[in-house]
Amino acid sequence: MDTERTAVPAVRSALAAACPALSDGSSSDAMAGVEGLVPSFVASPSSTAEASALLRVAAAYGMTVVPRGAGTGLSWGAPPSSCDLVVDLRSMDQVLEHVAGDLVARVQAGATIGQLASVLASAGQQLALDAPADATVGGVVATGTAGPRRFRYGAPRDLLIGLTVVRADGVVAHSGGKVVKNVAGYDIGKLFSGSQGTLGLITEATFRLHPLPAAVAWVTGEFRSPDRAGAVAAVASAAGSALVPSAVELDWPGGPQRALRVGVLLEGTPSGVAERARQMSELLASAGGSAAVAVLDEPPARWGQLPSPSTVVRVSFWVSALGSVLEALAAAGADAGVRPAVSGPAGAGALYACLDPAAEPDAAARFVAALRERLPDADGGPRGSVVVLAAPPPVLAAAGAYGPVPGSALMRAVKDQFDPGHRMFPGRFPIV
Amino acid sequence: MTATIQALLPRMRDICGAGNVITDRLELRTYECDGLTAHRCVPALVVLPGSAAEVAAVVAACAQAGVPFVARGSGTGLSGGALPRQDGVLIVMTRMRSVLEVDPVSRRAVVEPGVTNLSVSKAAAPFGLFYAPDPSSQVVCSVGGNVAENSGGAHCLKHGFTVHHVLGLEIVTPAGELTWLGDGTGVTTGYDLLGAFTGSEGTLGIVTKIVVKLMPLPEVVHTLLAAYATTSEGGRAVSDIIAAGIVPAAIEMMDALSIEAAEAAVHCNYPPGAGAVLIVELDGPAAEVEAELSTVRALCEAAGATEIRAADDPAERAVIWAGRKSAFAAVGRISPSFIVQDGVVPRTALGAVLSRIASLSEEAGVRVANVFHAGDGNLHPLVLYDDASPGEAVAAEELSGAILDTCLEYGGSITGEHGVGVDKSRYMPKMFTADDLDTMQLVRCAFDPASLCNPGKIFPTPRLCGEVPGRRRAPHPAVAAGQAEIF
Repeated sequence: MDTERTAVPAVRSALAAACPALSDGSSSDAMAGVEGLVPSFVASPSSTAEASALLRVAAAYGMTVVPRGAGTGLSWGAPPSSCDLVVDLRSMDQVLEHVAGDLVARVQAGATIGQLASVLASAGQQLALDAPADATVGGVVATGTAGPRRFRYGAPRDLLIGLTVVRADGVVAHSGGKVVKNVAGYDIGKLFSGSQGTLGLITEATFRLHPLPAAVAWVTGEFRSPDRAGAVAAVASAAGSALVPSAVELDWPGGPQRALRVGVLLEGTPSGVAERARQMSELLASAGGSAAVAVLDEPPARWGQLPSPSTVVRVSFWVSALGSVLEALAAAGADAGVRPAVSGPAGAGALYACLDPAAEPDAAARFVAALRERLPDADGGPRGSVVVLAAPPPVLAAAGAYGPVPGSALMRAVKDQFDPGHRMFPGRFPIV
Repeated sequence: MTATIQALLPRMRDICGAGNVITDRLELRTYECDGLTAHRCVPALVVLPGSAAEVAAVVAACAQAGVPFVARGSGTGLSGGALPRQDGVLIVMTRMRSVLEVDPVSRRAVVEPGVTNLSVSKAAAPFGLFYAPDPSSQVVCSVGGNVAENSGGAHCLKHGFTVHHVLGLEIVTPAGELTWLGDGTGVTTGYDLLGAFTGSEGTLGIVTKIVVKLMPLPEVVHTLLAAYATTSEGGRAVSDIIAAGIVPAAIEMMDALSIEAAEAAVHCNYPPGAGAVLIVELDGPAAEVEAELSTVRALCEAAGATEIRAADDPAERAVIWAGRKSAFAAVGRISPSFIVQDGVVPRTALGAVLSRIASLSEEAGVRVANVFHAGDGNLHPLVLYDDASPGEAVAAEELSGAILDTCLEYGGSITGEHGVGVDKSRYMPKMFTADDLDTMQLVRCAFDPASLCNPGKIFPTPRLCGEVPGRRRAPHPAVAAGQAEIF
């Protein structure tokens, strides 16, 4: 897109020499949906070596680079401010190694979550993340995507045990390994998890796996509005119980008049899950006056799914503050004249507030501002944050993606070390 | 005392109070090593700050004077991570030992770095909660040290390491500034510096407050001991348990020599004549654990167990664990000196690696007692020698290194939980390429460009951070004009 950089004929031949699968950005749908930004080139490397050669060329010519997988998360967060080269990792789609006895798998970044899941399932194993089946492994690591079961298993960073990356200067680096227990050297895998392509390319990842449970059950409690206190108590007691839930979700589909649903996922043996579901039902029923409790063998409606949103705000908190968080969400919605649909892993201390695509940008920005005002940092250090994960550019511009982020000066220093030219997904992280 | 340190002394006394600054040679020697006594170095100065603000002031003063500094918790580390610098300041965190807050509803606690690991669980216990990471030294080791080393413990197979239980850190940067990493809830905004910092062995800054996750105490805990004629039979039981889809809280194994040592030290009364003892612990809801227990018992029998003991109350469980927990120290009963090694192999390679260790041991004529976390392939071979006998120490050191080489050959790691420190930095180039190590040091340069914070640890060769190159927004004019190409 930057003709000064990319119109030089030498650029095209150097890129093609590095990676034969090269096309013009204008002839590709690679960036469709990202604010209409058309890259000069799209390259699909077939190996880490090709990806490395590509980034060396990009570094030599000062080109801006946007990595991509299946594109499921591409429109989340700020769009790139510049994009000379898209590196599409979908050709690197092999499950390289699955050692069932070690509960470990090594995967290329472009393999999809669904593809990996089917390989693992044949051995009764899983990567315990609730990521979309069509998302790529690299994309899920780069975006830190995790669903309801983050309550028990954590986010990609918690399951990642080894990573291969290509730095902005084209250097290939590995960290971790293929054993679960390993403290040799800095954990570059943690740094790249959630880095959204702004530090380099992820080309290969190694994960620790979990056995697939023999049985699962969902226990739900519906709390009629305005009984928010009942739902709050139910979340706290489910999350704090020794029944070892895999997920403790809250679903509040919009507006103060709607019922709140607490959903708990249990995984284990058939007899164990049946007994625990019975005990969990009692726990939810005892939480508040108006609970209607059910045990389901299929996920309840909207489980782990966000309504197709234009603006998604993530609120994180300590569970003891859940009541005031719900209060703040309702009040900020009323202030701004919007009706957020609220759902997420409340037991793990996070909720997503989604605004209808029809919400006015001004109103959405007012909602975010009102929320930040009502949920200030605690004196004893940070106890949560209000972050805009996705929004139309005018909302992002008016509200800002973040409030104050702890450690942001160090983040900028890390970015400067890994990508001194600020060429990797420029604009994605306003923080750096 | 050098002139630089002499000049720093009044400032340190101002910050910490004269009583908390140690200059006496004999007192300084108390701090000359951590749990790895093979490396010793008397620090120029020891300070014991009492607050985060004091730590920040101490570090800022060091940074300004260009004096290296090293943080130390309880000094139980086994890789020399807290080895002082002769020309530097040792910052001892043991005065900062308050549990600042326990929030039982949120299952969160905020603690100071000098708090011992076990006291976090003790503070949480009245609420039915506990802090999961449990290194064997948990009675004395500090949570700040656990963060630096990303400590594990016997139960990390199921419950994870320190990094999975830390949600926020207040740190003093190597420039002497106080900042938080993480938002205190476990979600990440921006880069996961919290994750990168944890396990960085004190080289990226000093922790002054820690937000930890607490977990509900398990409803039931069952511990099972199975005796085998050989470690390979025990190994088969381990593989079968994992293949059955069970993730126990802990799976530990000891071989004949380490059983002999434990017997001599604590009279743990393990089955006589056993060639290997396997300890399996299951925890969780009663409704699940009962079913798992019968499966595990059946698999242990099928693998050839000569005896099985089970315990479900704390006192009986403690009896089973006594031999395992005493194993390292107990080896002192059968050998004047020993090296505690810490290596990891893929679980499926355990059998092959143990045979290799046995043959290496025989070739070298050096005895090796094996104690290991069988569930995650983390070996702790204890290499026995007599330091009074010429040449034995060298032979033991060589064998110990050969064991690490074997771990790497099978795709493992040079350390599972003890850290690299000064002890293993020379093995890092065997596990990682020069580019890998260079990339790790980019993080170091971001946090500590002056390389004053615990220098000389982890990396065999420090990277010169230098000036950060300026932003290159366009190609070199000669390239753009087609007069030159960059290769």
